[in-house]
Amino acid sequence: MSDKLIIAGREFTNRLMVGTGKYATMDLMKESLEAAEAEIVTVAVRRMNLDELGESLLEYIDLDRYTLLPNTAGAATAEEAIRLARLARAAGLSDLIKLEVIPDPATLLPDVVGTLEATRILVKEGFTVLPYTTDDPIIAAKLEDAGAVTVMPLASYIGSGRGFGDPARISLIIERAGVPVVVDAGLGVPSDAAMAMELGASAVLINTAIARAKNPPLMAESMKLGVRAGRMAFKAGRIPKLERASASSPTEGVVK
Amino acid sequence: MHIIVNGQDKEVPAGTTLGGLMELLKVDSRRVVVEYNREIINRSSWKEHISRELQEGDTLELVQLVGGG
Repeated sequence: MSDKLIIAGREFTNRLMVGTGKYATMDLMKESLEAAEAEIVTVAVRRMNLDELGESLLEYIDLDRYTLLPNTAGAATAEEAIRLARLARAAGLSDLIKLEVIPDPATLLPDVVGTLEATRILVKEGFTVLPYTTDDPIIAAKLEDAGAVTVMPLASYIGSGRGFGDPARISLIIERAGVPVVVDAGLGVPSDAAMAMELGASAVLINTAIARAKNPPLMAESMKLGVRAGRMAFKAGRIPKLERASASSPTEGVVK
Repeated sequence: MHIIVNGQDKEVPAGTTLGGLMELLKVDSRRVVVEYNREIINRSSWKEHISRELQEGDTLELVQLVGGG
């Protein structure tokens, strides 16, 4: 049965997006992307270190296989995010942009006002904008109105691995959204990823939980399975939660 | 003459071009995105810009895609 993820008219099969940061080695990153069977991978834009040029990330990412989703990480204001987005697009590899406006290094929570402002401008400039946001359904709706092609609410703080603070808020966003909801940030284990998908999220994005696991490729594969299980459960339709027991065996014909 | 590249002061010969600067810095022009005095140069039009001569005090950002989440 076909169950495609469609973002801005582009079709994807795998609902696990993977970040490329924080791996101990480039080889581990490459193996993890393969184990996750990722189709969409995030990248960042940074100054080149002119004293030590090193290897290019792109030597490890097969562009025929992966869709690049550059982010604006490092931007504390809408203006900085817009500049990073333009630089990312100028590389000529993707017009997608994962928009992040993050002024506070302690929480890495998004500035939703700046994010909304930057979304409006980038959409006008023809970008395909996937904004990182809080789990606030009002803001999510405004981002969608501004032309965002997905909304990417956090489960909890970036890199924290804490899982969901309040899944009901993500449910509310999903219920109201007309664009795919991608749960981004804070997922720690496959059960978190599965929960996101069970709630009806269209996809999840995971970086730290894979990159900083003891065995990143193995964690990547487990996340892939978590996402798949959660998606299947969502499609299958869960039973309602009851206050009391409901017998599984017939209540009639019991031997007395 | 002095220019500023990625926040660092650099001394380059007068008449250095954008293309020449990449050679000087040993930067692979296929992986870099150049912002020249705040003007972003698309990779696809890079060739049209390589012979532009740098001026005293020019500011450049040389960026690339790196691992990120």
